[in-house]
Amino acid sequence: MLAHYGYKDGSGEYFIIIDTDKCDGCEECVTACPVGVFEVGEDENDPFREEPVAKVSEDHRKKIKYSCAPCKPVSGRKSLPCMNSCDPDAISHSW
Amino acid sequence: MEKEYWRWPESKWTSSDIDWKDGDIISAGVDVGSVSSQAVVLIDGKLYSYSNFRTGSDSPESAQKVMDKAMEETGLSQDKIHYTVGTGYGRVNVPFAKRAITEIACHARGANFMYGPTVKTILDMGGQDCKAIHCDEKGKVTNFLMNDKCAAGTGRGMEVFADLLSVPIEDMGRLSFEVDEEPEPVSSTCVIFAKSEAVGLLRKGWAKEKVLAAYSSAMAHRVVELLERIKVEKDFAITGGIAKNEGVVKRIEAELKIKALEAKHDTQIAGALGGALFAKALIEKERGLR
Repeated sequence: MLAHYGYKDGSGEYFIIIDTDKCDGCEECVTACPVGVFEVGEDENDPFREEPVAKVSEDHRKKIKYSCAPCKPVSGRKSLPCMNSCDPDAISHSW
Repeated sequence: MEKEYWRWPESKWTSSDIDWKDGDIISAGVDVGSVSSQAVVLIDGKLYSYSNFRTGSDSPESAQKVMDKAMEETGLSQDKIHYTVGTGYGRVNVPFAKRAITEIACHARGANFMYGPTVKTILDMGGQDCKAIHCDEKGKVTNFLMNDKCAAGTGRGMEVFADLLSVPIEDMGRLSFEVDEEPEPVSSTCVIFAKSEAVGLLRKGWAKEKVLAAYSSAMAHRVVELLERIKVEKDFAITGGIAKNEGVVKRIEAELKIKALEAKHDTQIAGALGGALFAKALIEKERGLR
């Protein structure tokens, strides 16, 4: 499942997309993110999935444009810690 | 008291062909949304009854009310129901639910039942949020996104306009087509700013119908933009309260160049229905049937 967490507002689209079929629940992203955007737990959108999965925490879902801003300077952008930490390549960003 | 134009009709339905006493598995789903709440009862996976009412300020109370309404005059009581799933915005506040499941999962499952296994893309236009979901032929979510940060493209936005224009909410869709030619959509996406823009247009002498057309197309355009992110694959279905507003539905269809499937039941029950279907599956799992 491609889980889009985030929102679209007048200024743009801000979604973190987690491919839950690729995610193995390793929790690397949880520790890699400097502001704690991610958490690993039960898949809220697939009640029959037994394995834990990564998701964007409830606290950050409506403000990820701001939560993610420190890793996303306008110029000189380096690769993102969350995406780097993910071996199965399950995380992507829409902006 | 002044007429409340925003008040949409509440509904309730009970099957005349099914007797719950013959049922082996009685399951229920309760969807407590931000604006409306629904309860659905299934007997052996067949739709037996449902109710759809406005959510009050107290979520547990609203949950109990819709559940009671769905069981009203059937002789069915809550202790006879084997499993209840709570869903929606207030899902954790359904005291009698054994489990809470997100509305994303429930809507996909419910739409799969309502519209059949061919449905691939679901647009749920709820009271205060908008969800775009892809599912497989079993109703399992494969892709989703949700916009719950902004009221544009939601039922609440339409309610605001019903009051502003003094048009009963059920007539808004029809009236929005009573224009000589389609006006430019209102430019503001925000409900509050769209309302001020509409007030300006009324002052300029625009007819209600024309303002309504401009707002409906802005709403349609906004959700189509949201859908573009996950792409629309056929078959396509719209659930939620706005699915009953032809003014928005037809404009979405025109923009996407895809027709939405026709619903056989109240489009607002999709979430609760999905909850009841999950409840049935969970009983079967408990009983070792699957």
